[in-house]
Amino acid sequence: MTFDPILAEKRFGYGLSPRVAPPETVADMLLRLRGPDTIAARFPVEPFSVFRARMLEGARLRKELKKLRGTEAGEAVRKDYQLLKKAAREEHRRWLALSLIRRAWTGDGFRERLAAFWADHFTAQGKAGLLKRATSPYIEDAIRPHLSGRFADLLYAVTTSPLMLHYLDQGNSMGPDSPKAQRVGARAGLNENLARELLELHTLGVGGPYTQTDVRQLAELLTGLAYNAKQGMKFRKEFAEPGAETVLGKSYGGGKPGLHDIRAVLEDLAAHPATAAHIARKLAVHFVSDTPDPDLVRTLSERYRDTGGDLAQVYEALLTHPAAWRPELTNIKLPDEFIASAMRALAIDPQVFTGIADGRKHEKLVARLFLRPLRLMGQPWQMPLGPDGWAEEDTTWLTPQGLTARIDWALSAPAKMRKPLPDPRTFVTEALGRDAPEAVRFAAKAAENRREGIALILTSPAFQRK
Amino acid sequence: MSDTMFTRRGFLTRSAILGCSAAASPLLTPVSLASAPWDNRLVVIILRGAMDGLDVVQPYGDPGLAGLRRTLALRPDAGALDLDGYFALHPALAPLYPLWQANDLGFVHAVSTPYRDKRSHFDGQDLLEAGTVTLGPASGRDGWLNRLLQTQPGMSAETAYAIGHDNMLLLSGDVPVANWSPDVALKLSPQGARLAELVMHDDPLFRDAFAEAQMLSGSMQAMAAEEMAATGDMQGMAGMSAPAQGQAKGKPKGIKLIAEFTAKRLRADTRIASFSIGGWDTHNGQERTLPRALDQLAQAILTLKAELGPHWKKTAVLAMTEFGRTVRENGTKGTDHGTGGAMLLAGGAVRGGRVYGQWPGLAEADLYQRRDLMPTGDVRAYAGWAMRGLFGLDRAVVEQAVFPGLDMGSDPKLLR
Repeated sequence: MTFDPILAEKRFGYGLSPRVAPPETVADMLLRLRGPDTIAARFPVEPFSVFRARMLEGARLRKELKKLRGTEAGEAVRKDYQLLKKAAREEHRRWLALSLIRRAWTGDGFRERLAAFWADHFTAQGKAGLLKRATSPYIEDAIRPHLSGRFADLLYAVTTSPLMLHYLDQGNSMGPDSPKAQRVGARAGLNENLARELLELHTLGVGGPYTQTDVRQLAELLTGLAYNAKQGMKFRKEFAEPGAETVLGKSYGGGKPGLHDIRAVLEDLAAHPATAAHIARKLAVHFVSDTPDPDLVRTLSERYRDTGGDLAQVYEALLTHPAAWRPELTNIKLPDEFIASAMRALAIDPQVFTGIADGRKHEKLVARLFLRPLRLMGQPWQMPLGPDGWAEEDTTWLTPQGLTARIDWALSAPAKMRKPLPDPRTFVTEALGRDAPEAVRFAAKAAENRREGIALILTSPAFQRK
Repeated sequence: MSDTMFTRRGFLTRSAILGCSAAASPLLTPVSLASAPWDNRLVVIILRGAMDGLDVVQPYGDPGLAGLRRTLALRPDAGALDLDGYFALHPALAPLYPLWQANDLGFVHAVSTPYRDKRSHFDGQDLLEAGTVTLGPASGRDGWLNRLLQTQPGMSAETAYAIGHDNMLLLSGDVPVANWSPDVALKLSPQGARLAELVMHDDPLFRDAFAEAQMLSGSMQAMAAEEMAATGDMQGMAGMSAPAQGQAKGKPKGIKLIAEFTAKRLRADTRIASFSIGGWDTHNGQERTLPRALDQLAQAILTLKAELGPHWKKTAVLAMTEFGRTVRENGTKGTDHGTGGAMLLAGGAVRGGRVYGQWPGLAEADLYQRRDLMPTGDVRAYAGWAMRGLFGLDRAVVEQAVFPGLDMGSDPKLLR
């Protein structure tokens, strides 16, 4: 039970590609991960720093619209605003396609899986207007650069990111005794959402040693953390609750309020043994099994604690543990993983998407091939129901309707992306490797047409498990 | 997986083949599974995200409300619909007001699950669906509707239905239940379906899901064919029951589609159905966000009523949420996670036209932890009484098997 290149692609990447060679060793995997983010450079997605210009323009137009409402000029401004929103929506569709293309063509599949893992761990969504399109830009800026650094740095980047502040309602949260609250009086209020999810989901875990008082105190400590498109991330002193707060028995703040207090509490939360255990378990469940080997979880947790949450070290512990290389495939691919790995096995030409200049045409194709199917499979793109992200349990995904939606996608989508479809008899080895199960080989041969042959391979348990 | 389960799967696969051929011929009666053990129907709607009971059923008679809810308390003079002189209904539920007047709609106020203090949606929802006092490990956990089925002999595969894309813990467990979302359909050729069976045969999770998918997809098509035969023209195909007619005009979408599918199953052999509605987590601008979720709920109930026809009289709908929200508005014109909340009852079987429960009051000292509505009742007790009334369960069965350790208290007489 040691490293195997094919298993490495299936379990820690997006499956086999007939065109991209798998990693050769664990050291090779880690080396690729520590190297430059080449696939992101090849298929660039807009970072939040650029997305911000859209928000600024939106704010400007809305302001102007307020002044000119009801006039002819106002009508023109309204149209401009609609166009701005439409452009962002079309870009959002492009980023979806690019995310899948990255997964299909990367030589560093583990990096893409980690990006998805942490984007899910730190689920954030825009709830209105332009920000509904901002999830990919958020991932580019707040998550991808920190995939293999210290967890504390990732945590800080995410917690201070505009999208997270928006998603968990931090922006208008003000300390009950803050200068702002004194001024606005009755309308003032604290919002606990970010504080709660920080403890429950991002760090300690729901079973962790915290109470409602810790949530409240942390929420007060976080007051002042805010973002707006004009000034960017800015600490708003007038929102901050004066005085010290006690979180998990330790006192923070009390001096001049500022980001340093928030940095301090995040460092301590990241270093907490409950966080180590929580992250260890999540990684093991995501990459290995819904019921992971306890020794694997313990090993990851210890490595996390020993290295102060150095993620590259934790990944190394994962990739060198025998339980990670059990040959039988267990976890079921999430719908987006299923689609990405099918595109990888089919070596879908990026030009199918990048070659369409017309935004509307591109959008229609993405809606048909990805947006609607992902919804039917139970995983609407970047829209999990809550900040806990997507479920890991296999039984969540392999429901009758979920499986039906996968079968229907496998029947229709490949032919729209690759013409002609490959011969199922060769594709079975390209997609599953030399040890493809006999039943799947038989089905590939006996299918009444190529389309069904490909679909049967892609929906076989051997392809859908990882 | 037990032997009986395996046998049932075999049965389903055979039904699927029958179902497909029935679908091919509109003149054949579509396949019908074993007959139902009960005549009454129960629909449980899970409201995910924590519905603000105080805004939906507003205690305007409580002197504390206006001070706590500066922008949210509407009172009857500002658009809320008076219910009983003390409580008023949120205006977004106005479409349901005629049901209230006909005693087909009621509420229970100041209720909760036993969940306290951490106020996590996810744990709260798990506990609501598990129906237990605390959450055990995730593996092997089952839902209270499934435990209800476990106490009854002779359940057929269609007795209970989970509908939509969510996999509902509420219905999960040892007794197999049907699970389907009305917007998908299997499009494999007969040869393809046989090969898929072969490919999935050695993986029980895949094999079972595929067998069930075949059965359900087949029965959907049969249903569409039946409708077409009944109406004699293509108009009949316009319903959601026509996967082959995906492009049909006027096809209901979203919650209406789900409610319509639910009603159709309940008209046939299904007696227990469940689905969920999200969108209740109104931390921000609740005045704007809550009506959207309420509109979904109203549509669901009205569609059920319309589609159930005469069966509405025998139906009870319970809509429950994981917890209530803070009694005070927060700084962003919304509300945060709280404790006590409200539950909705609808259907011709319920004794509506009243707000059940014991009102705890909104004075600071009456609140839970000085921030939340104090729960004075357990949602499980009300669900338990409803099930006892609908299905004739023994009290001991409810208190020991369905909701282990629950004391149901005195009978609130929820049903007519």
